[in-house]
Amino acid sequence: MFTANDYKKGQPRWCPGCGDHSFLAALQKAMAEIGVPPYQTAVISGIGCSSRLPHYMATYGMNTIHGRAAAIATGCKVSNPSLTVWQVSGDGDGLAIGGNHFIHANRRNIDLKMILLNNRIYGLTKGQYSPTSPRGFVSKSSPYGTVEDPFRPAELCFGARGHFFARAVASDMNGTVEILKQAHSHKGAAVCEILQNCVIFNNGTHDSVYTREGRLKNAIYLQQGKPMIFGENNEFGLMQDGFGIKVVKLGENGITEKDLLVHDAHCEDNTLQLKLAMMEGPDFPIALGVIRDVEAPTYDDAVNAQIDEIKAKKPYHNFAELLETNDIWEVK
Amino acid sequence: MANNLEIKNLEQVVVRFSGDSGDGMQLAGNIFSTISATVGNSISTFPDYPADIRAPQGSLTGVSGFQVHIGAEKVYTPGDKCDVLVAMNAAALKTQYKYAKQGAAIIIDTDSFKKTDLTKAQFQTDDYLGEMGIDPDRVIACPLTTMVKDCLADSGMDNKAILKCRNMFALGLVCWLFDRDLNIAFNFLKEKFAKKPGVAEANIKVIQAGYDYGHNTHSSVANVYRIETKNKVPGRYMDITGNKATAYGLIAAAEKAGLRLYLGSYPITPATDVLHELSKHKSLGVTTVQCEDEIAGCASAIGASFAGALACTSTSGPGICLKSEAMNLAVILELPLVVLDVQRGGPATGLPTKSEQTDLLQALYGRNGESPMPVLAATSPVDCFDAAYEAAKIALEYMTPVVLLTDAFVANGSAAFKLPDLKNYPAINPPYVPQEMLGTWTPYLRNEANKVRYWAIPGREGFTHILGGLEKDNKTGAISTNPENHDLMCRLRAEKIANIPVPNVEVEGDKDDAQLLLVGFGSTYGHLHAAMDEMRANGKKVALAQFKYINPLPKNTAEVMKKYPKVVVAEQNLGQFAGYLRMKVDGFVPYQFNEVKGQPFVVSELVEAFNKIY
Repeated sequence: MFTANDYKKGQPRWCPGCGDHSFLAALQKAMAEIGVPPYQTAVISGIGCSSRLPHYMATYGMNTIHGRAAAIATGCKVSNPSLTVWQVSGDGDGLAIGGNHFIHANRRNIDLKMILLNNRIYGLTKGQYSPTSPRGFVSKSSPYGTVEDPFRPAELCFGARGHFFARAVASDMNGTVEILKQAHSHKGAAVCEILQNCVIFNNGTHDSVYTREGRLKNAIYLQQGKPMIFGENNEFGLMQDGFGIKVVKLGENGITEKDLLVHDAHCEDNTLQLKLAMMEGPDFPIALGVIRDVEAPTYDDAVNAQIDEIKAKKPYHNFAELLETNDIWEVK
Repeated sequence: MANNLEIKNLEQVVVRFSGDSGDGMQLAGNIFSTISATVGNSISTFPDYPADIRAPQGSLTGVSGFQVHIGAEKVYTPGDKCDVLVAMNAAALKTQYKYAKQGAAIIIDTDSFKKTDLTKAQFQTDDYLGEMGIDPDRVIACPLTTMVKDCLADSGMDNKAILKCRNMFALGLVCWLFDRDLNIAFNFLKEKFAKKPGVAEANIKVIQAGYDYGHNTHSSVANVYRIETKNKVPGRYMDITGNKATAYGLIAAAEKAGLRLYLGSYPITPATDVLHELSKHKSLGVTTVQCEDEIAGCASAIGASFAGALACTSTSGPGICLKSEAMNLAVILELPLVVLDVQRGGPATGLPTKSEQTDLLQALYGRNGESPMPVLAATSPVDCFDAAYEAAKIALEYMTPVVLLTDAFVANGSAAFKLPDLKNYPAINPPYVPQEMLGTWTPYLRNEANKVRYWAIPGREGFTHILGGLEKDNKTGAISTNPENHDLMCRLRAEKIANIPVPNVEVEGDKDDAQLLLVGFGSTYGHLHAAMDEMRANGKKVALAQFKYINPLPKNTAEVMKKYPKVVVAEQNLGQFAGYLRMKVDGFVPYQFNEVKGQPFVVSELVEAFNKIY
């Protein structure tokens, strides 16, 4: 058995109060509970504040180049499937410069645990807007506000045929540990969006859900097979409304728990899951927990299964035998 | 054979098959070279594809060629110009005649020289031979299409399928011309179309018809050529292209090292055949991933390398541009990686199907920071095998990315490959961390003798560590911005590469008393060798030093460069290797011969230029 300490290394250098600290602690706790030994675990990151994370892990790790973590993790997992591979990126690393690898890792369904630490800002380069910053966001590189719409990670993940998407708030240890464990249980690409503040350049971006009280009011924890209820006194619920979703108050207009949507992360059709993932305040609660978790064949398994299948089928298994498959002539 | 027929014994001959992209010229050429190789002739081939995806039928841009050089003794190149030109249509004659020698025999299909064909090929009149200045006596003009249709009239095949056999008629005719044994062609076809015996039978029938046609109506060209074989090296052979040989070299190296072979790649001309070839061999455990882009090709290979595979990425020049940052990551991580650059014409998309040596400086220096990387350049299609094996061996034993340069010319060209026995190849011993270092090992501890760090592969207990693209402490691998440490790390990485032992560059020809030393690198070996042979045959004192190891350079480089009164560096770029040598060899000022036409050198042009320098 392992404890969180078995996964810890060194002294993190992030700013005091940064969400990376609490996420790191949650990851180490989750890994200990999952129980894969540190030496069979690889943590691969790109570049950015959050990509420093592997330096503080007592596992195998690589802090690579900007945007390429998912691609590097792909090669790692495909060629050595016995490793548990975690890929850690920020919103710039994962969705801007690394957007192509993000979508293709999801499409191929590589068995990677893909952590997306979303603080909606470039912190390491000291405060430029990111692809998840809201339209109109004022930053050093957008002093008059951005004129572009953000990516919403779930939308991108689902658009790329992603089979697992979960969300947690960095300050919420239990909620984070829970989705990380479920991500590990899911065989395939598992995207975990972690909402975090950047205390220096974008403090407060996720304030509405950063405290326990805030989450009670402004978030909903989705639980498999449970009706969708939220609110400080569990007084609200979510109901289907035509093609959409609406917030209802229990007891009003005769609405009871039975009228509410029941969460099904395993539903193949992602329509409702996407709607849940896209909910935003102030009119809707922000969805936390495992939003989508659907089984599908993984790329790394399929690649290796195909190798085994062809090995059984083809008569040549080493270089000398390969040569013999050619048209050969003899000069005497 | 008829009495009036002269049988000419030749030392060597060049045949060029040309026609529309869909005419099957590559196949005809391939079979002809295989037959010739089977009887022991030396061969060298070069396919010349159009860049157009599918140019209109019969158009000038849609002409595809395949040149075969066969010789009684070793041939080094596919030949400058051909002795026999097969032109399956008017456009082929128009565009390919420039590759024919004065007095070459020309085989044409008169059925493809009708009014519309001539218009498409931009002939002004019906007298196409006159327009081109071709002596009609040298032309075997036959209604080839008609004869193929007649031959297969009872076959039950449809018109389209019948027309596909035209190439075999031309092949049969060429086989007659060179007195080749048709049985070898028959066997080849039976094997190729094993699953479609009807197709094999039709093709065999047409080859025979072509052969018989030549035999019966040879009057237009009054000789049959015969190439005997001298200096046979006994052994078992196969025909191999450079790209296939590269793939085989990587497979062999992985097997020797006992590692899984991983290729991360993205399709790009002219490198894609390496991806195709390796993708076939899953029964050897080869893993290929066709990635989302060039960057991911290289990046995923780095991930595979970290995880303990022999990792490779294959591309051409534009792909190297994209991979450069990831290649640099491999430099600072000090992980093994083979980067294959099958060079093509540039810059940008350039000439995708044509050949150049213009990526040399990119391979050496095209990255940020002090980024030393071994660079090798294969000297022939067959040498691609050894070069790939050696690139992998260096990468694995010195924990470094290695660039292997080939180019469209060697990659697509083919030659007879004597089947290698892996027992004769050197062992590959990656520097795995010895178990006794448990507890004291850190990622950047080095073997003092060669400055190579040790390799700990994930999954191994007690050796967890982090690697990264940030500068790190020279022992522990922890991130370090210490100025002295960075200076030391740059020097350590440079020293490690600079001290990789490579064989001396060999001087061929008049190595003791040459007046002129020819210098080249990589794929120009054959042409430079042929130029040297020709000059020496004319009494000149000439030597050749062809470089395969570019970084580090062989230890005897300066000595060789300074030994001869005159030195000319000949390369298919505007002087990259000459400039590199000048940087490395103090006071060295060579003559230069530079050409960037996208085509192989022409030996006669080399000889002319070198004679002027001599």
